[in-house]
Amino acid sequence: MASHLDSNVIPPSRQREVPRQGMTWIGQSIKRVEDPRILSGKGGYIDDITVPGMAHAAMVRSPHAHARIVSIDTSKAKDLPGVIGVYTGEDLATVVDPCPSFASPPVPQHAMSIGKVRHVGEVVAAVVAEDRYIAEDAADLIEVEWDVLPANVDIEASLEATGDAVIHPDDRESNSALDQTFAFGPVEQHFAEADHVIKRRLRWNRSSAQAIETCGVVADYDAFKGGYTIHANTNFYNFIPFVIGGSLRVSPGELRIIPVLAGGSFGSKVFIHKIIILTAGLARLAGVPVKYIEDRMEHFMNSDSHGSDRLYDAELAVMEDGTFRSLRFTVLDDYGAYLQFGVGTHGNAMAQVTGPYQIESVGMRVIAVLTNKCQQGPYRGFGSEVTNWVIERMVDATAEELGRDGVELREQNMVQPDQFPYMIPTGNIYDSGNFQEVLAQAKGLIDYDAWKARAAEMRTEGRCVGVGLATCMERSVYGPTEWWSLNDKEAPGFTLTSTPEGISARIDPSGKMFVTLNSPMVGNSPETVVTQILAERLTVAPEDVVINYADSQTGFNGVGPQGSRFTAMIAGACVSASIKLEERLLRFAAHMLQRRPDDLELRNGAVGVKGLKDQEKSFGEIALTSSFFRLSFPDTEEFDSGLETTAVYDHPISSDPHPDREHLGIFYPIVGHICHIVAVEVDPGTGKVDILDYAAVHDNGTIVNPRTLGGQVWGGTANGIGSTLFEQFIYDDEGQFTNPNFAEFAMPTANEMPRNFKLGHVETPSPFTEYGIKGGGEGGRLGAPSALTTAIEDALKTYGVKINSLPVTPPTLRGLIRERELAITAE
Amino acid sequence: MDKIEVSLTVNGRTRAALVSPRMLLSDFIRHELALPGTHVGCEHGVCGSCNVLVDGKAVRSCLMFAVQTDGAQITTIEGFGDGDLDPIQTAFWEEHGLQCGFCTPGMLASAKELLDHNPDPSDEEIREAISGNLCRCTGYEYIINAIRSAAAKLRAADPAAA
Repeated sequence: MASHLDSNVIPPSRQREVPRQGMTWIGQSIKRVEDPRILSGKGGYIDDITVPGMAHAAMVRSPHAHARIVSIDTSKAKDLPGVIGVYTGEDLATVVDPCPSFASPPVPQHAMSIGKVRHVGEVVAAVVAEDRYIAEDAADLIEVEWDVLPANVDIEASLEATGDAVIHPDDRESNSALDQTFAFGPVEQHFAEADHVIKRRLRWNRSSAQAIETCGVVADYDAFKGGYTIHANTNFYNFIPFVIGGSLRVSPGELRIIPVLAGGSFGSKVFIHKIIILTAGLARLAGVPVKYIEDRMEHFMNSDSHGSDRLYDAELAVMEDGTFRSLRFTVLDDYGAYLQFGVGTHGNAMAQVTGPYQIESVGMRVIAVLTNKCQQGPYRGFGSEVTNWVIERMVDATAEELGRDGVELREQNMVQPDQFPYMIPTGNIYDSGNFQEVLAQAKGLIDYDAWKARAAEMRTEGRCVGVGLATCMERSVYGPTEWWSLNDKEAPGFTLTSTPEGISARIDPSGKMFVTLNSPMVGNSPETVVTQILAERLTVAPEDVVINYADSQTGFNGVGPQGSRFTAMIAGACVSASIKLEERLLRFAAHMLQRRPDDLELRNGAVGVKGLKDQEKSFGEIALTSSFFRLSFPDTEEFDSGLETTAVYDHPISSDPHPDREHLGIFYPIVGHICHIVAVEVDPGTGKVDILDYAAVHDNGTIVNPRTLGGQVWGGTANGIGSTLFEQFIYDDEGQFTNPNFAEFAMPTANEMPRNFKLGHVETPSPFTEYGIKGGGEGGRLGAPSALTTAIEDALKTYGVKINSLPVTPPTLRGLIRERELAITAE
Repeated sequence: MDKIEVSLTVNGRTRAALVSPRMLLSDFIRHELALPGTHVGCEHGVCGSCNVLVDGKAVRSCLMFAVQTDGAQITTIEGFGDGDLDPIQTAFWEEHGLQCGFCTPGMLASAKELLDHNPDPSDEEIREAISGNLCRCTGYEYIINAIRSAAAKLRAADPAAA
């Protein structure tokens, strides 16, 4: 290990439940607890919420990418019958302050524009009316006069912008929001010693999650108490009050955020703070509860959840024998017009930037570029989807330049099974793994060697068939230092270090176990996994577990499903709660059974005497007696009524970044591994890619529910296929967003998905989390782009097509083929 | 705009209402009839989340006006089971054919339309039948498994129909 990592000591494990075989409930594909109500139409999504006296909001959006607002005439809109109020950014600013920003220094943003717009779709006025139809009619009657400014669209050109093209001239002289350089280890030395330096310029273009449900809010202001009651489909409802309280001019405790079932997130609903502030402010101004649900175009244009948009100049230092030494790159990232969380997506990528390979040092310069587009937000992978693709591209490039087989080169450089926990140059660790086994299983599933031979044979027949293989990391259980570790170390901003997850559990006299969660369901399976873990740990029957959700005032300590953290974190909370409940169960039962607690055990929802089958008390009986027959127990505090507990679990293993940023500490250490192998056929005449065969093997540690994990892998892979072959936000030179709809932004349908998907799992338990569970919510999108890219290049070997930019939509790929056809003809 | 009276059968129950001519069927179902199981994903006729069965055909309720359904028979997700999950819903549960569930009502409508006419569809026919329904969670495979399983359940329950 390099000396720059000497100070980065791995703390001892706090694991209490050790991984083991043959568990009763963990590892079973039980049917999801959540599904019956959803399948019968009673899910309870944000637009299903109605409160008495509720009005509806519609927005006036900017048609320009960059413009000053000269004037806004709302008079006609105000006169329309049914309109309750019409408001501009200045009006909103009388009740709310600017949006929060984790960037340092912050990039100011208003929930409704004041004076200037910085991308198409920004809100400049709002109507609150009796129904949405009237609100939209009124919005159409609002007239805005504009002074159009130069639009910044190109990532490199925006850095050169001056004068009126500067997006935040009051705060920054240029459109560079942040420019930081790091060396994790002796990068210069390693490059000087290298026999080969492989260079590539790689481009990852903008898209976003586009969950089928948009974001929405129902907000009500209590003029007497001075607080707000807010329903919103945010992932993050127990944290959001602390983020937005300042903007709403109330203390966090005066915000009651009530969760709803969210119709998909994939990161896109983590924050949604802007429309919460916007809707809440409108409710306060209008004096009525207000509902605002984004329409699809608004969700595309203004939802603060655009994905990574990066340009890499990357170099890999390689020795003659193929050994990787060092990786360095400069990356420009088009963050759009604002910077809500700084360069957190690059902090994230530092968790696994070297992939599954032994690379001794990493150098990075990251430049956050502001342009006239909607700002970035999280999308499944949170930046690591790009670095996974970059490192795999660099490995393929190395194989090509050294005349080596790509898979063999990967195997040569892979971390070995006896090297865990393995610390990478950035300081993060890979807790456990067996990359070789994952690779072997994937190759076996798809019969890799046979496919390689068949593809080669088909190419000799003139068909463009190829096979691609990628070996990638899937970090999970995020630590929040990623949000700020790459900021200027002298002014890092808000240096958050906690990611607690809490749970409350009560065994009721009826025998039911009532459990309250502090994080919402967004399409993951929180109720199912909690039911399985509690059933495992406490031996309760799954059908006796009843799950509810706290709101932000009745619960606490929930960071929500993001960064593939929820299952591992809530498992920790479940174990903590179980330990406390078990202690009470044993104490009461010992008294009831006239035994010592040590003589007792939990079994099948009862406390029984070890070795004596017929001597036991069911949990319900114990709860009933403890709750309603208090006088049966000694008059001491430890026999206070009831079986109830609250427990909070904090991150299993994390540490601070080095003060001088020689490393970033341990921040994303529960790391899975994936291997995707895909066979494709390209139609060279159209650029269309058909997926012929697909195998994915994921190692996410101990699996709680194989079927729901399978669903995550499948779904993530579909997102990855979309990111590789179809999905791209296209802006024209004026900054117009030309395809903000489902007809022109093409997401995969069932027809585009592979027919022969083969799914495998390896289980290398984590030594740090309870039961050895790792997260697994992002892997599909973290692996598919790399495997597909390699497969397409392989298929087009005869043409010599090189793919340095994603997505390769059919017209893009056809263009690359045409270039090669012309070049070959010229030769 | 004058409101127009419509009378239709929704999930077996006669419903009469005065509606504005421009009211979308999706809004009518959700907000006037208080049946929130029909979901609005894109409001431009692509995602299929709002699919409901109108006289047995799966239609985009965001592309129809409520006034066009006067006299029609409509089935929404709330009308699938009779107080319980029907075989298609049950198959979606068993096969993990949903994650967030937002696209599910439309998927179920498309599946029901398919299985009403084709009790033993091939996988390709299933794919084709749901190719107008976007799902961002599942990658579709488990939905296809669910519809295949539902077909088998329905055939077993009514061999004559198969």
